[in-house]
Amino acid sequence: MANHSLALRHQFDDVEQQKDASTLGMWLFLATEVLFFGGMFCCYTVYRSAYPAAFGQASNHLNLILGAVSTAILIISSFTMACAVNSAATGAKNALVAFLSLTILFAAAFLVIEMSEWRMLYQEGLMPGFNFTYKEIDPAHVQLFFCMYFSMTGLHASHVTIGIVILTVMAIRAWRGAFSPAYYTPIEISGLYWHFVDLVWIFLFPLYYLIARHLQG
Amino acid sequence: MAEHIVTKKQYSFVFGALLLLTFVTTAVGMMDLGRLNVVVALVIAVIKAMLVVLFFMHIYWSTKLTRVVVVSGLAWLALLLWLTLTDVLSRGWLGFPGK
Repeated sequence: MANHSLALRHQFDDVEQQKDASTLGMWLFLATEVLFFGGMFCCYTVYRSAYPAAFGQASNHLNLILGAVSTAILIISSFTMACAVNSAATGAKNALVAFLSLTILFAAAFLVIEMSEWRMLYQEGLMPGFNFTYKEIDPAHVQLFFCMYFSMTGLHASHVTIGIVILTVMAIRAWRGAFSPAYYTPIEISGLYWHFVDLVWIFLFPLYYLIARHLQG
Repeated sequence: MAEHIVTKKQYSFVFGALLLLTFVTTAVGMMDLGRLNVVVALVIAVIKAMLVVLFFMHIYWSTKLTRVVVVSGLAWLALLLWLTLTDVLSRGWLGFPGK
């Protein structure tokens, strides 16, 4: 493939148009992803406005430090991904492989932190369907909160996992010299996907971790 | 799209701003601003999202066609939220206070 990657497919006028078409296609996919997650955010908004007290109670059982640290880690991974795109554009092959590896590493660190948080919630009896023993105020709607929390962070975590697979493939291809300043569209497109994963978390963090911290004693 | 290479220095500024805003939103989350808490949290999240979309995702330098896709994606999201909420909040199906 590498030898043909510079080749212009016959349906395009020039390389630039070919690249624009790929970018446009990726953004169309991301628009569908916005609505995919948007449905869940909409559901969240409806239930939070219906049961604000229970959602506040439940939110304060999440670990704020872990939430803030994993937010920072995802932002760092977005930065290393952006640097990977820059390295690809300037033809710095070793830097490209290094930045992609760093991004994968931070993505994995994010997942480890998230899984440790899930494990703590399970042990506290706050995981609906597996171990839910919460008996304080309004347990039914606290359970609703945690159903949504695990669904939305779970869907997000599955995107992180897919991102790790994509970036691993890209790192291997980059290592084998598949990209050059003239052709690095796959790196750029993977970057768009990775930044989208970061975007979703930018909203998940305040909406799940920061609802009612100011009401905590 | 005219080929535009964003430098690592430019990315660093955006990165610094994102980390700072994460810190600010966490700190403000601890303060009691009443109803403003959720507003501040969402405004900061939207600013962070715009930084990521414009600079990390290169929309600042993109073609008009790509921008149309981005804006229409957000417009559909707005429709989804707006129409659902006008319906749900006005019918009193759920146990909303005062309904």
